[in-house]
Amino acid sequence: MSIRLENVSYKYEENTKEKNYALKNIKLEIKKGEFVGIAGHTGSGKSTLIQHLNGLLKPSGGKVLYNERDIFEPGFPLRELRGKVGVCFQYPEYQLFEVTVLDDVCFGPMNFGKTREEAEVISRQALLDVGIEENIFHKSPFELSGGQRRRVAIAGILAMEPEYFVLDEPTAGLDPAGRDQILNLLKKLHQKKGMAILLVSHSMEDVADCADRVIVMNHGEVMYDGDKREVFSHKKELEAIGLSVPFYRSLAEELRERGFMIKEDVLTLEETKEAIMDVIRKKRDNA
Amino acid sequence: MSIINVKNLIHKYMTYDDSENTQEIKAIDDMSFSVEKGEFIAILGRNGSGKSSLAKHINGLLLPTEGAVYVKGMDTRDQQQILKIRQSAGIVFQNPDNQIVGAVVDEDVAFGPENMGRPTEDIWKRVTKALEDVGMTAYREASPNRLSGGQKQRIAIAGIMAMEPECIILDEPTAMLDPQGRSHVLSLVKELNREKNITILMVTHHMEEVLLADRVIVMDEGKIAADGTPKEVFSQVEMLKELGLEVPPAAELAYKLRKEGVPIRDQIITKEELVEELCQFV
Amino acid sequence: MLRDITIGQYYRADSLLHRLDPRVKLFGTLVYVVTLFLHRSPVNYIMSLAFLIIIIAISKVPVSYIVKGLRAIAVILIFSVLINMLFIEEGNAVIDTRWIRITDEGLETAFYLGTRLIMLVLGTSLLTFTTTPNQLTDGLEKSLGFLNKIKIPVHVMAMIMSIALRFIPVLTEELDKIMKAQTARGIDFESGGLIKRVKSMVPIVVPLFIAAVRRANDLAMAMESRCYHGGEGRTKLRPLIYEKRDLAAYAILILFTVWMVYLSFYSPWS
Repeated sequence: MSIRLENVSYKYEENTKEKNYALKNIKLEIKKGEFVGIAGHTGSGKSTLIQHLNGLLKPSGGKVLYNERDIFEPGFPLRELRGKVGVCFQYPEYQLFEVTVLDDVCFGPMNFGKTREEAEVISRQALLDVGIEENIFHKSPFELSGGQRRRVAIAGILAMEPEYFVLDEPTAGLDPAGRDQILNLLKKLHQKKGMAILLVSHSMEDVADCADRVIVMNHGEVMYDGDKREVFSHKKELEAIGLSVPFYRSLAEELRERGFMIKEDVLTLEETKEAIMDVIRKKRDNA
Repeated sequence: MSIINVKNLIHKYMTYDDSENTQEIKAIDDMSFSVEKGEFIAILGRNGSGKSSLAKHINGLLLPTEGAVYVKGMDTRDQQQILKIRQSAGIVFQNPDNQIVGAVVDEDVAFGPENMGRPTEDIWKRVTKALEDVGMTAYREASPNRLSGGQKQRIAIAGIMAMEPECIILDEPTAMLDPQGRSHVLSLVKELNREKNITILMVTHHMEEVLLADRVIVMDEGKIAADGTPKEVFSQVEMLKELGLEVPPAAELAYKLRKEGVPIRDQIITKEELVEELCQFV
Repeated sequence: MLRDITIGQYYRADSLLHRLDPRVKLFGTLVYVVTLFLHRSPVNYIMSLAFLIIIIAISKVPVSYIVKGLRAIAVILIFSVLINMLFIEEGNAVIDTRWIRITDEGLETAFYLGTRLIMLVLGTSLLTFTTTPNQLTDGLEKSLGFLNKIKIPVHVMAMIMSIALRFIPVLTEELDKIMKAQTARGIDFESGGLIKRVKSMVPIVVPLFIAAVRRANDLAMAMESRCYHGGEGRTKLRPLIYEKRDLAAYAILILFTVWMVYLSFYSPWS
């Protein structure tokens, strides 16, 4: 069970001159239940890539396979695929349109053939999952705060019960509290429901915090694809393309350069603290 | 004389819910502070803390319910002075698209001076100068629609610079930008402060942006929760967490290590400081 | 698809036509359109066509780019040509079957109508290709300034127009994003009857409308903060001042008009 891209290229139609490849020869496979972070600066092809996963864009070359079936072969139920691969675009709160929060979340599941009653049950759960409480269900989405609206929009995709949940910069413009709420939700969905999550983000901290596997895009190509600890070991190469490595990783590197021999593949606050304590304890024992 | 003086400022507004109940909300609840010429102040707070309302008061886009705001001694409630106030303390907003009026870059930058009624020759000088200041001279005749978010935001700053202000207020100027655009805009803001002695008030919720400032005002529920240098404010890890704000990772790590009994000095907020401090142990 | 529409867009180039005062171009466009409707003889058509070709050559706008603009009106064009061809009964039949009767007069009328429409669209779109929205509104504001005396707020209308033009590309992009987002949520545009299809537009139109209002609100605040207070006392980066070339252009335009009028009444070939 997977989504597989086989030598996918995407060319802008408008001008047929060179240098207009948004994607070049992409080969990658996303398996069910994975948590993948996709990083890259603006124009690296991240957004174009995710639009291929649910067939919103058709590759100019190569194939997109869902469970080993070409999604552009005649007769493939493309619309159903969009229910299986839920894509949440940047600033999703701007797509809200219904009179109440609950109605809006029901829109997705009802498009995929659920009755109003069924949709409502799923939608209520989805709203609770994203941390929207009952008393807000019947309010207009436009009365809510920015962070709440963002979560309602995310619930709108979640209620489609996708197997793969793709999110493009879901934390952009949110304050730290809002960001944590969304990242915690994604972790929960991944751990408890086994949902595959694809998180597109500028923030290496967010990616390091949540994902297991990291894909780095540059100029329409996959530059790195692998375990996050392995990918973040390429500090110089990542910095050369305008990306940073997570704070604790780069701290560890600088400490090692100065002779403070801390374990090098740390990524989180707790790990770093422990690693530093290890060094200090050893020093004390030796003394 | 202080360039900006906020005195016991209170701002209230009404909301209406479904059952027509009105509720009075205090966006700003008795704030007082003053800003000296040439300062770089970051205003930090989570969404809904009243920081954007404060920014709009300084430009006279919102008027105090109680108390007063003075810009260069002029009261923002004085309609005779409002154009002078807006010219002295320009404001840059969050969404780069929604503040560009002109269909060509230089026409947009000229918008402010045109409204001020400057003679044509002077407008040209100001536009040329402002575009130089923000490093966008090469895009003088470009259409704003073709620019990146960071470039648009620099054009918006040029539009304010062309009014020759003494103070620029920036209301979350980088919230919608990518890391590259963000760093360009931030280094520009820093440069304007250092080299042109422009007073900066920058509203933000990114703590790494706050580190650029000389002074931080932390807002919570319309009140000042802390006011001091970044070092003073950011070493108060517990207070920041309580307010739902981000803590610089170096400060947080230092705080955790201290709790484990490692003797690390106070007021560490950057990676460099922490590396320096830890290296003493080997 | 929406991005292919070139009508109403400015094309950056450095040509004499780009440098002309917008008031001259507005006058020129008006004159050109009026003379198109004066046409009575083939000579008029040839003159109009020649005029258009010369102007296009001066404008330095690529012909392919200009022709793209015609795509937007292709349907109207074909429709009106067909109507004329099929429903004009006078004249000698060229094709006469049980179903269709096409006369030479019908063909002639259809031909003239078609070329006239094409010239009309090309002529007017050259105005927007060579004039920035701001210049265009400045030109309108100044040319129509006399209307202020009868209490018509010319400045306000000109400002509204220039902002609308500035935001067309922004909202087009927004529309594109909203359509993608709703497609990802499984919206179905294709199946169902008319009512269902119209209903399926709601999730597109509502967010677009809200986005437009939100942007308008932000923009109003940004304009106010930059000392905007209406047209009073406002100066210009590029004030409209006539140069010699503008006066020469007026002279040519007037000459052209007089000649066209003369030809349409006294043409030796009509």
